[in-house]
Amino acid sequence: MGMTMTEKIFARHAGRDRVEPGELVDADVDLMMGNDITAPIAIKRLKDLGMTRLPFPDKLFLVMSHYAPSKDIASAAQIMISRQFAKEQQLPHYYAEGAGIEHVILPEEGWVLPGDLVIGADSHSCTYGATGCFATGVGSTDLAAAMATGRLWFKVPESVKFELNGTRPQYIMGKDLILHIIGLIGADGVLYQAMEYAGDTLRTLPMEERLTMANMAIEAGAKAGIFPCDDVTEAYLSGRAKRAYTPEHSDSDAQYARTYKVDVAALEPMVALPWSPDNVRTVSDMAGEVVDRVFIGSCTNARLSDLRIVADILKGNKVACDTLIVPGSKQVYRDAMHEGLFDIFLDAGATVSAPTCGACFGGFMGVLGPNERCLSTSNRNFVGRMGHPTSKSYLANPAVAAATALNGAITHPKDVLAVTGLQVAG
Amino acid sequence: MQFEGRVWKYGDDVNTDVIIPARYLNTSEPSELAKHAMEDLDETFVKEVQPGDIVVAGKNFGCGSSREHAPIALKAIGVSCIVAESFARIFFRNSINLGLPILESGEAAAAAEKGDTLRVDLATGKIENVTRGATYQAKPFPEAVMKIIQAGGLMNSIRDEVLAREATYAQ
Ligand code: SF4
Repeated sequence: MGMTMTEKIFARHAGRDRVEPGELVDADVDLMMGNDITAPIAIKRLKDLGMTRLPFPDKLFLVMSHYAPSKDIASAAQIMISRQFAKEQQLPHYYAEGAGIEHVILPEEGWVLPGDLVIGADSHSCTYGATGCFATGVGSTDLAAAMATGRLWFKVPESVKFELNGTRPQYIMGKDLILHIIGLIGADGVLYQAMEYAGDTLRTLPMEERLTMANMAIEAGAKAGIFPCDDVTEAYLSGRAKRAYTPEHSDSDAQYARTYKVDVAALEPMVALPWSPDNVRTVSDMAGEVVDRVFIGSCTNARLSDLRIVADILKGNKVACDTLIVPGSKQVYRDAMHEGLFDIFLDAGATVSAPTCGACFGGFMGVLGPNERCLSTSNRNFVGRMGHPTSKSYLANPAVAAATALNGAITHPKDVLAVTGLQVAG
Repeated sequence: MQFEGRVWKYGDDVNTDVIIPARYLNTSEPSELAKHAMEDLDETFVKEVQPGDIVVAGKNFGCGSSREHAPIALKAIGVSCIVAESFARIFFRNSINLGLPILESGEAAAAAEKGDTLRVDLATGKIENVTRGATYQAKPFPEAVMKIIQAGGLMNSIRDEVLAREATYAQ
């Protein structure tokens, strides 16, 4: 019987010929990541254990993303723990404040590669699976154990296949595909399982849309979201990959727990209503629902292609509510600036800030007040996620976010087009 | 390892954002985190919880972010054990790695009500609802997971390997 790409990646990293779903294995990890919130606990665990020297410093990435630049004295103290550790251990991959969000930076710089086994002490580490690696979120103690030994215990997950067929209509982005899927299967639809993507839609699905989709695998309870390594992947990695890599491909007779088929051509832009990413409606159904502000940012949708579509829609118009735009990384920030997108955003009356997680998790800079409603391009809309427990967040793609910003109410991008006569690239 | 405690009962999909809201994540100090455990779901929890109490919930307990602050907060406030129909994967790992006992039993979770007394035997997976006079069997842990629990958590299980390597640096 054949194996899925996930099973092959685990087998290779566990030094085995094959593994079965449900098996517990010790596997070597290629890359591990911690951020300003999760790394301090891992560092403390290693100090408590008496460890003085990191055996694989080049595999560790520490990214100061969440409360960076430091929001207050306590968060500054947290960052100082990672900074000090990076100095002590002479870490080659320490990203100080302003670098951006780990899940934007690592793929963009070509560190996470097809066939890799990657862990990150952040639940959205599943983002990296877009490149064809197996990447999963773990806790700080897991990170500490991997930092100390280079390996970690894993339960080999079953795989669930999602076959995407058809051409994406205009305004349908990776965000709509994944929101549709999460709405279909629920927040616990693929608990402990790997979501593997296939189908002819992939041929024209750019890496940035795949990153958005893999990012939200955790919102359906998945352990990972994983895309095959294909021409789109190779083109993205060419000139970018930092190491040689060995892609794994699923066998034609591999076993899947379930297979879902998605007719992409029939999709409409989607929005997830409070309080769960699986509470999904079409944007058309929710059109006119008033919001107090719009947040365009986060590891889900703050890459250059996202900001370009936002600029296309905002250009020459004025926002009708507070609109905060936060590029996902320093590179995205620089590119957006050079392309003149910042001028468009500022002319439209939006705010642009330095790369950070910030508002996405109610951390700082854009926190929601009592009953405040926000349309956000991020990935979670749980109670209190973006601020006060009575605040509400609605999740949608960047085009919908931009259209909504112009109206101060949930708006389908095609309706903005009708009003302004703008030409928006699909 | 046996525990006995009063039940705090919650529903499905209790996420880590309500177990410990992000606005308190600027610290990882267990005693600080404990002050805000479950705050956005149940304001009475922090005020009335007693050491040894048991949290009981439905499906997918601990879903959402990977923050280990969530099981740390529950452990620090004195929760002895969590019984749920199922756990979110990262929460499950974090709890095992930290040595916070968790048991999966949909039946035990569904039958228990707030304030019931539960008696839990971690080694056998037996859950007794003393108030209702019923006994349930939780899903057994795989052997490799039981080893981590018996070692007292993941870091203890790798201690010898790390210390042996450290000793070679000193030479
Ligand atoms: S942007 Fe939001 S979801 Fe992404 S890592 Fe930061 S806090 Fe988490």
